[in-house]
Amino acid sequence: MKKTINQKAWFMVLPVLILVAFSAVIPLMTVVNYSVQDTFGNNEFFWVGLEWFEEVLHSERIHDALGRQALFTIIILTIEIPLGIFVALHMPKRSGLWSSLCLVLVALPLLIPWNVVGTIWQIFGRVDIGLLGYMLDQMGIDYNYTQNSFAAWCTIIVMDVWHWTSLVVLLCYAGLKSIPDAYYQAAKIDQASRWAVFRYIELPKMKGVLLIAILLRFMDSFMIYTEPFVVTGGGPGNATTFLSIDLVKMAIGQFDLGPAAAFSLIYFLVILLVSWVFYTVMVHSDTKDMS
Amino acid sequence: MAKITLKNIAHRYAPNSDYALKPINHVWDDGAAYALLGPSGCGKTTLLNIISGLLTPSEGNVLFDDQNITDRNTAERNIAQVFQFPVVYDTMSVRDNLAFPLKNRGHDTAYINDRITEISRVIGVEDILFQKAQGLSADIKQKISLGRGLVREDVNAILFDEPLTVIDPHMKWQLRTELKALHKNLGHTMIYVTHDQTEALTFADKVVVMSMGEVVQIGTPKELFEIPAHTFVGYFIGSPGMNVLPTIIDGNKAMIGQHKIVLNRDYKGLKGKLELGIRPEFVTLTNNPQDLPVKINRVEDVGHYKIVRATLNGHDINIILKEETEISGDMNYVSFDKSHTNIYADDWLVTP
Repeated sequence: MKKTINQKAWFMVLPVLILVAFSAVIPLMTVVNYSVQDTFGNNEFFWVGLEWFEEVLHSERIHDALGRQALFTIIILTIEIPLGIFVALHMPKRSGLWSSLCLVLVALPLLIPWNVVGTIWQIFGRVDIGLLGYMLDQMGIDYNYTQNSFAAWCTIIVMDVWHWTSLVVLLCYAGLKSIPDAYYQAAKIDQASRWAVFRYIELPKMKGVLLIAILLRFMDSFMIYTEPFVVTGGGPGNATTFLSIDLVKMAIGQFDLGPAAAFSLIYFLVILLVSWVFYTVMVHSDTKDMS
Repeated sequence: MAKITLKNIAHRYAPNSDYALKPINHVWDDGAAYALLGPSGCGKTTLLNIISGLLTPSEGNVLFDDQNITDRNTAERNIAQVFQFPVVYDTMSVRDNLAFPLKNRGHDTAYINDRITEISRVIGVEDILFQKAQGLSADIKQKISLGRGLVREDVNAILFDEPLTVIDPHMKWQLRTELKALHKNLGHTMIYVTHDQTEALTFADKVVVMSMGEVVQIGTPKELFEIPAHTFVGYFIGSPGMNVLPTIIDGNKAMIGQHKIVLNRDYKGLKGKLELGIRPEFVTLTNNPQDLPVKINRVEDVGHYKIVRATLNGHDINIILKEETEISGDMNYVSFDKSHTNIYADDWLVTP
C-alpha cells in the first residue's frame, strides 16, 4: 500500500499552541525582552546585553535573599516531610466515620486562601490582641515578630508547617492505604520490628508519593510570597525577605524592570534545575542494582 | 513441626453476627499436606488466619501439639504463610529477603549463610541472590515468599493462601509440582487454601471442603469423589459435578417421578428433603426400555470423553461417556451404578 503524505494534522495542534503561547511563551518572552534592555520610561528601551544578569548574579542583596530562601525551604522540608509521614502513620487506616473526620480536619488548612492564612497568623501572633502573641508575652517570652527577626522566622515557619504539612499527610496517607494487608501480616510472621516495617514496607511503598510531596513542597516554598508578605512584609529589616518578596520590591517598588526580569529568569532556572536534580536522583536511586 | 488441633473453633467478625466460620473440630496431622477447598467467601481464609494467628477466634482453642496457643501471636506460633499476592521486601536483595526472618530472630551470620545457601538451592534462586527483589516476575517473588518461610528450620506449619492466583498457567503447574516435592523432602505440615479443585486434589493428601463457613467433608480425593458427604461436595468436585435428583425413598427403592430405581440397601426413617446423588461417570446410557427414560439435549465432546446433557423427569442430568462410545438414536435410557448411588437427606449423605 502506498502511504499518502498528509500534514494537515498539524493544524489540529494549533489551538493548543495558541493557548500555550498566550499563557506561557509570550509572557516569558516579554520578561526575556525586558531582561536585556534598559528603560527610563516613555516606552524607550536601550539594549544592554547581559549586563542585568551580571548585576543580579553579583548582587549581595540577592545573594542574601537566596540564602534566606534556601534556609527557609530546608527548614520547612525537614519539618514537614517527617511530620507529615508521622501523622499519616497515625491516621486511622480503616475507612469509616473516624477516618473521614480525620481527613477533613487534616485537609482544612489546605482550603484556606493564602492571604487569609497570612492574616490569621498575623493576628494570632500579635502581642496586643493575638492569642498566641499575648500568651507568650504573658509567659515572659520576648516574642514580637515585628521587631525580633527570630520571632518573625518562627512565626513564618510555624505558619507554613500548619498550612502545608497536610499536603504531605494526605499524599503519604494515600500511599499507605495502597499497601495490602498481606505485607503487614508477612512482616508479623517474619517477626519484623515496627521500625523494620516502616523501613522496608511503608517507606518503599510511599516513595512515589513522597517524591511528589517533596517536589511540590520544594517548589511552593521556594516561591513563597503571600503569607510572609501579609505577616511580616519581609521584615523586620530584610530578615524575612525571601526571593519572591525581593523580586516584587525590585520590579514594582523600585520599577527596575530590567534587573527584575533577569532576576526572574535566574529564579525560574534555579527552581527548574533543583527540581530536575531532585527528580533524577530519586528516580535513579530506584533502579540501581545492589551488589 | 507439630500436630495442630482445632477445638470447637468458631468465628464471628462482630458479636451477634452470623458465623463466618461455624464450629469445627479437627486435628491436622504432623507432616501431612492438606488442602482447604471452597468457593470464595466460604470461610477458608478465616480458618487459615485462625491457625496462623493473624485472627483470634471468637470461640474455641487452637493447640499446637498439646499446647494451647490460641492467644499467642503469629511470630510466637512459628508458622510460615504464603499469601495470594507475592510479598517481598522490594528494596532488599533476594538474599536479604531470605535472611530477614532469621536476622529478626537474632541468628548468627554463619547460620544464616548456611540456611540461605540451602534454601536458595531448594527454591532455585541461587543465580539471582544479589539481585534486587523489585522487578522480578510474580512466580519468582512467590518462591521468595515461600523461601522466607522455609529458611526457618523449626516452622510448625506452612500455610498457603491461594498462592498461585497471580502465576501464569504454565508456571502454576510447575510450582505446584515443586511444592509437592518440597513437602516430600522437608516433611512440613502444609495447609493449602484454594478454590481450584485441581490444585487441591493434586496437592493434598487430605482435602477439607468448606461451604458457607462450614466444613462439609474432610477426606482423600478418592473419598470426595466417590462418597461426597454433602451435595455441595458433589457439585463442587468433579467436572461436571454430581447429578442430584429429588427422590422418594421406600425401603430399598428410590422413586424419581414415576420411575423406580433399586438401591443396594434399605433406608429407613428418612426425613427432610431427599435427594439421590450419582456422578456422571457412574451413569450409563442404554437402549433398554426397562431403564430410566431421558431426553438428550446435546453431546459435548471434550476430547478424551463425551458429556451428554440430558433431561430426566424434568431435571438436568449429565452423563460421561468414553470417547469411543457410539451413541445411537435409540439410546434414550440411563441406568445408575448401584454401588455409587448415594442418598442425601437435607443435603447430607445418609450413612448406614
